[in-house]
Amino acid sequence: MTVHVHYFARLREELGRQGDAAELPGDSLTVGELWRHLHQEAPPERLMAAVNQEQASLETPVRDGDEVAYFPPVTGG
Amino acid sequence: MSVEIHTGDFDPWEIVRQAEQAIPANARGAASVFVGRMRDFNEDEDVTGLFLEHYPGMTERELERIVAEAEARWPLLGCHVAHRVGDVRPGDALVLVATWSAHRVAAREACSDILERLKHEAPFWKRETLTDGTQRWVEKNTPST
Repeated sequence: MTVHVHYFARLREELGRQGDAAELPGDSLTVGELWRHLHQEAPPERLMAAVNQEQASLETPVRDGDEVAYFPPVTGG
Repeated sequence: MSVEIHTGDFDPWEIVRQAEQAIPANARGAASVFVGRMRDFNEDEDVTGLFLEHYPGMTERELERIVAEAEARWPLLGCHVAHRVGDVRPGDALVLVATWSAHRVAAREACSDILERLKHEAPFWKRETLTDGTQRWVEKNTPST
């Protein structure tokens, strides 16, 4: 399966890239498992995420073709 | 309902003036308006510049969801939300939340609810530039009380 990953704000700067196009075995995994697959470590504390531009948790399932975003706590307004 | 992302400086009061014209004059008993602007200080340090990042697509959807949920909860006649992104200078408007209702309580409560939820749920991130040129990402919002 193919997943399109985006990073924002401090996370984008620390990783040095805006995103990843990930090719993964199987047909489903969670947002947290995807992070471990991409970065070989546990997700950082207070990590926020979205799947297909809707708020998600580390347990939210990710499927082929999904758009997944990881970002720090939001600070708008 | 209207949600806008601005990439340049905007005049919140002009938006309010125009938005109000779309609401029946005899019904709009109450308007509540919040305008947030960039300060030149934060956490005891001088701030010379601010960069506001957003998630194009999701940010608009989240703002629309927050407004729609407020409209379901309070009897609003109108609601307008505007938010700045990109490079911002001290004094520029960052956020506008304006609500209209027949009565003050609905207008005021909805305005406050939309603003607080926007600050905690909508994907925006602030990066400050200090006087010595260093940059830092803002880690959390100021408390609401």
